[in-house]
Amino acid sequence: MTYDVPVAPGEKAELEERIEGVGEGWPMWEVFVRARRGISHVHIGSLHAPDARSALQNARDVYTRRGEGVSVWVVPSSEIHAFEPEAAAEYVEANEKVYRLATTYEIPDEVGQM
Amino acid sequence: MSPEERFQAIIDEESKIEPTDWMPEGYRKTLIRQIAQHAHSEIIGMQPEGNWITRAPSLYRKAILMAKVQDEAGHGLYLYSAAETLGVTRDHLQELLHQGKHKYSSIFNYPTLTWADMGAIGWLVDGAAITNQVMLTRCSYGPYARAMVRICKEESFHQRQGYELLIRLCNGAPEQKQMAQDALDRWWWPSLMMFGPSDADSVHSEQSMKWKIKRVSNDDLRQQFVDMTVPQADYLGLTIPDPDLEWNAERGHYDFGDIDWEEFWRVVKGNGPMSRDRIEHKNRAWEDGAWVRAAATAYAAKQAGRAA
Amino acid sequence: MSEQIVSSTPQGMPVVEMDSHLREVLSHADDNMVLAQRLGEWISYAPDLEIDIALGNIALDHLGVARALYTHAGEVEGEGRSEDDFAMRRTEREFLNLLLVEQPNGDFAQTIVRQFFFDVYQRLVWAELAESDDETLAGVAAKAGKEAAYHYEFSSSWMLRLGDGTEESHTRAQDAVDTLWRFTSELSEPYPEVWRSEVDAVFAETGLNIADDPYQRSGGREGFHTEHLGFLLAEMQWMDRSYPGMEW
Repeated sequence: MTYDVPVAPGEKAELEERIEGVGEGWPMWEVFVRARRGISHVHIGSLHAPDARSALQNARDVYTRRGEGVSVWVVPSSEIHAFEPEAAAEYVEANEKVYRLATTYEIPDEVGQM
Repeated sequence: MSPEERFQAIIDEESKIEPTDWMPEGYRKTLIRQIAQHAHSEIIGMQPEGNWITRAPSLYRKAILMAKVQDEAGHGLYLYSAAETLGVTRDHLQELLHQGKHKYSSIFNYPTLTWADMGAIGWLVDGAAITNQVMLTRCSYGPYARAMVRICKEESFHQRQGYELLIRLCNGAPEQKQMAQDALDRWWWPSLMMFGPSDADSVHSEQSMKWKIKRVSNDDLRQQFVDMTVPQADYLGLTIPDPDLEWNAERGHYDFGDIDWEEFWRVVKGNGPMSRDRIEHKNRAWEDGAWVRAAATAYAAKQAGRAA
Repeated sequence: MSEQIVSSTPQGMPVVEMDSHLREVLSHADDNMVLAQRLGEWISYAPDLEIDIALGNIALDHLGVARALYTHAGEVEGEGRSEDDFAMRRTEREFLNLLLVEQPNGDFAQTIVRQFFFDVYQRLVWAELAESDDETLAGVAAKAGKEAAYHYEFSSSWMLRLGDGTEESHTRAQDAVDTLWRFTSELSEPYPEVWRSEVDAVFAETGLNIADDPYQRSGGREGFHTEHLGFLLAEMQWMDRSYPGMEW
């Protein structure tokens, strides 16, 4: 099974480009779950929600569907500050954030074949 | 060591690349496209199966189907989250899908016409997913590999339920077995097409292998799938619609007939039987829901204002 | 508030004789079955992925309760009927669900308003049935009560987001309230005042109004349904009726 659905002869490989008019959407939240008593919360993934109450509801639906979790934390992704001791300065693109968040990353102008 | 050398060294030692590591732009873009298309496949895949939820023949089957489709929504969500670590938003990726610039697994461009199709999809499509997903848990990009581990854990019941559904049909009334055979007749070749073109025709394969985004070739995965599935069809007492299908003792694999590559490219280009319907459905859900999303955003803003 | 004008069953309509306990179990089973069927229609159509997952989970909860109650109904009745006998092989005149739950989904606002009205009612039902002498029923009610608390959190929080979100969402929510209000006497009647005061509390926060309209339609519990149920059952029962007596 391939998700790298091939480029048909004659089609251009649109990898990704800035699209005008696409909004920010709901903010992203990171989800931490403690599966049972005695262990600590573990980062389990992320999701989108308009507010904290909604984020908690969504986290329950998405990440604890099979009953995993006695405690759920949600944190806005933008509120997480990061530091990576092993990475030398030149390797770190955005050394304060956990991800290449869209708001912090410049999308280059040229779009083309790999 | 240059950044490129360090990057390739991490990959070569079977370690993981994480979101803030230096990476070649090609690696980042290829991953965004592949992970996003994987996510889109899960979401679009909800439609052919969701089609039968209200008509499931028993409450047991209805519950299983609902749970399976919800899992798929969740899988899509995990995958979008993985893609977002690379500097794109989910809305952006969805827009690329809506505009036809991103694709999804071609198998979902076929219609689910009978109840037996639920079995065929579960058996063949999830069967194909097994051969691919285990490979992807070893992908070099951390967030994608971890999403795949989570997905694989949840998949175990998906694989079984489709096949079990067909066992019931094949052991049931003649009309039921006929329904199962008809479904296999329609879904077999599209399932083989899911693995993509032969690697000789696949532009990205070699680079993807070097970057360990892809671990096994399309042809090898397809062969693996055929070898696994033929005995399963035999067990059901169903006939695979390929007159050239034959065990080759020398190779130790099944030989099989030629794929209709014209059909394959036609579907990939967006001209499959359900291609228009799937995207229209997705677009409609998104557009109809705009006011809902806007309401939630507006309310959140009001609440934030009140709290201040 | 003006006195209600309740349109219930027509003169002469026979009420099927049934053991009252069986009737009670089947009523709640049918509520959950029909609502699960309605929510199942939203899958892959929801405004966003997280909402799709949430609605699907709520649908699964309702379906789970329906199945448990149908199975129990079979035990109470003692004639060997299975969950599918009840769900797939009864006619529209035999279903005992509330009229509210068979109403179409409409837009997201109508679905949320329907769910909210039902969740207020359902929590009261489970709290009561958790004390039932019927141990099995009490067990189902206890578990379902926890799920209903979550459903209520979902539907009531969306009532706030829609009622107090944008002008459009408020209008749509108000339209939904106006459309569905006439089916609510079946919910409020068993819990006079309590059901209404809980609804009023949430409405106060949203600025939504309850029209001073006296008209109410009832009859679901007697098998006198709206025209929607027939279509819903036609879709739900079609496979079983087309291929009778087969195993799936």
